[in-house]
Amino acid sequence: MDQQKYLDDLKDIKDIMNRSSRFISLSGLSGVAAGICALVGAYVAYRTVYAGQDYLGYRQADLSSGNLTTLLLIAILTISLAAGFGIFFTTHKAKKDNQKLWDMQTKRLLLNLLIPLVTGGVLCLMLLLKGYIGFLAPLTLIFYGLALVNASKYTFSELRSLGILEVILGLLAMHYIGYGLLFWSVGFGLLHIIYGIIMQVRYGS
Amino acid sequence: MIDKLKDLNKAFENKVRLGIMSALLVNDFVDFNSLKHLLHVTDGNLASHLKALEKVGYITVKKEFLNRKPNTKYAVTKTGRNAFIKHIKAIEQLLK
Repeated sequence: MDQQKYLDDLKDIKDIMNRSSRFISLSGLSGVAAGICALVGAYVAYRTVYAGQDYLGYRQADLSSGNLTTLLLIAILTISLAAGFGIFFTTHKAKKDNQKLWDMQTKRLLLNLLIPLVTGGVLCLMLLLKGYIGFLAPLTLIFYGLALVNASKYTFSELRSLGILEVILGLLAMHYIGYGLLFWSVGFGLLHIIYGIIMQVRYGS
Repeated sequence: MIDKLKDLNKAFENKVRLGIMSALLVNDFVDFNSLKHLLHVTDGNLASHLKALEKVGYITVKKEFLNRKPNTKYAVTKTGRNAFIKHIKAIEQLLK
């Protein structure tokens, strides 16, 4: 007789547990935007590194210090743009869903995302300064993946599998070390776009 | 039927209380304003239900100051956690 009431109760319990412990305003569109930024960034980086070489015969990456500065600038610009779009779309979604954006869940998510991410970032900068540029693509992928796995407990669980895929890609990139940029484009570009679309379809507007 | 109903806890019959317990069960603590926002209830309504849950020993209250503003945090007790899990199990039994 009261079955419907109890079913509603269970649904409420689940809904509140989710809303109170997970950050659910993350927009799929921010994933798509980040992916596009990454692809554009990777393309520009590719043109910088392999500038002025024809497509026949062996090519060598030009990693002179001038080029490194350009690459660093490209990287900073790409990350800022991707983060900017992420913040924009997420704020937009939070507003539409009438959710508070800066609350406990957001802080917890960011903190847990940033611990592995900053560790990886600092490590990569150290390696870069010592000239081990080949490690950058694999290690950024690996640490980004670990950061996602770590943060996935506080937001959509799909982030976990994305993180694991990034880690696998990173390990592959470490093995095929000359193809770093390619793996990087797949990990940060393609995967973000695919996951962004999945999230948008599942939880979107 | 009667037998199945005996595990249902009267303290959780109300939607607000159910919501409070759900939120506290998956968080170390939740403050008053977050609960209010989460459950879409008025201050008075929320406060009275929190009081009732505190009275039966299901939640604990910790008052502190954050930038000189009072900030009240709530956490679930062990008794409360067990009671709530028992209640959910009883609901699931009913629906079988």
